[in-house]
Amino acid sequence: MKKSLPVLLSVLGLVLPLSACGSGDDSQAGSGKTITVLAAASLTETFTDLASQFEKDHPGVDVKLAFDSSATLAQQAVDGAPADVLATADTATMDSAKSAQAQAAQDFATNTMVLVTPKDNPAGIKTFADIDRSGVAYVACVDTAPCGKVAAALMSDNKVTSRPASLEVDVKSVLAKVTSDEADAGFVYTTDAVAAGDQVDTVEIPHAADEITTYPIAPLTQSENPDLAQQFVDLVLSDQGQQVLRDAGFGKP
Amino acid sequence: MTTRADARPARASTLGRPPLVLVVPGGIAAALLVLPLVSLVLDTPWGGFLDQLRTQAVRDALRITALASAVTVVACLLLGTPLAWLLARVDFRGRALLRAAVAVPLVLPPVVAGVALVSALGRNGLLGSVLRETTGVTLPYTTTAVVIAHTFVSMPFYVLSVEGALRASGERYDVVAATLGADRWTTFRRVTLPLAMPGVLAGSVLAWARSLGEFGATITFAGNYPGTTQTMPSLIYQTLQADPEVARTLSMILLVASVAILAALRNRWLTAP
Repeated sequence: MKKSLPVLLSVLGLVLPLSACGSGDDSQAGSGKTITVLAAASLTETFTDLASQFEKDHPGVDVKLAFDSSATLAQQAVDGAPADVLATADTATMDSAKSAQAQAAQDFATNTMVLVTPKDNPAGIKTFADIDRSGVAYVACVDTAPCGKVAAALMSDNKVTSRPASLEVDVKSVLAKVTSDEADAGFVYTTDAVAAGDQVDTVEIPHAADEITTYPIAPLTQSENPDLAQQFVDLVLSDQGQQVLRDAGFGKP
Repeated sequence: MTTRADARPARASTLGRPPLVLVVPGGIAAALLVLPLVSLVLDTPWGGFLDQLRTQAVRDALRITALASAVTVVACLLLGTPLAWLLARVDFRGRALLRAAVAVPLVLPPVVAGVALVSALGRNGLLGSVLRETTGVTLPYTTTAVVIAHTFVSMPFYVLSVEGALRASGERYDVVAATLGADRWTTFRRVTLPLAMPGVLAGSVLAWARSLGEFGATITFAGNYPGTTQTMPSLIYQTLQADPEVARTLSMILLVASVAILAALRNRWLTAP
């Protein structure tokens, strides 16, 4: 028996790490006064603002926000995660969650992609073509995420031949690699560059206007507070909500 | 293991029936551990198993995972064994503190381990920036970084296992060897290490298994690119976002490969004499 313990432990060691990295979303659609909003990582700043605005307008209501890759969130919504509203960074992921939509999804913003470099720009990147120089370590999203699809399209539009050093799971991870100076450049949305402020320098990407991403939002069927869910969607679509998005660098839908 | 229990039916009858107060929670624990695995097996679209195995992405990820876990075990053997010996046999100031520090990666969330590695060995890390300025070498985004991340999270399993074995075998034989004229290195090679061999083997298997499943520290520190840094768990996580069905198949590939190797090791090395 003494010798079988390590074997048991090792079997556990195989299985546990795989599950240890699942979603950390334990939020409950509580007793009438909580709504949970699943939003793409690129909406972190704006939806945090809008959520506190919503809580101010609806005293007693608590808005919980879960930010992740759109694909992950859409999957969670389809799997019946306790949530009320889903906002994704492209229409394809929203379409994949069609079965969970209580109402047809509505477009509320657009975004374009830019290249950002760390503030001191260690690799001396002046134009987009500079990422093709050897020795430049740049990062982009993995192509299963919307931000990765756009980045891949832009790389092919611009005939980039070099390859990214790493494919990150979402756009905030790309930005983090750049702001921590662990990458020379990264493909992020205009809004991420605005949010990062003077931590990064921005370089325009040619043809970026051809690869606009559209952000749809929809209330979810599993919502226990469909009225509140709809009101949150309405806030995002209202003039007030649109102004918050505009200030953060989002385009009109 | 069942075979060993079955081999002693006589003893069970003299001791009486196992009490429900132990059987019920034990059964729940077993169900909790076994049920998710069984459902994963049942849920896997086995039709695509071989097709998935043939794709370039899967073969690259399997290669990186196999390579990283093998090198991790070698690194544990070469570096971890001396550390375990120091902790078990040499009385030095701060030993208790060092032992605690060695165990910390066991409880550290892997992502935090990755962040710690970035702050030490990243391009602007404590050591990483020095390395970059003096040699121009940067570690992130390389297969070397994958191995470092895997070694960081796996080494504690190895060291604790070997240290335990060294302590259990005791210092008596070392002392006898010394009185017979052996120097300390000879004693280590000829007496201490052979006695601790079960711990070395168990520790190697633990470290190897931990390395196979490693995800958080790798993706944070080394990144994720097919063919250089993408391991099976990274590929599974990424595929989960696009196609959960394929992700399940990939999980099964990793599970089948690791269970097969574990079974082989168990038959060859780990069976009791």
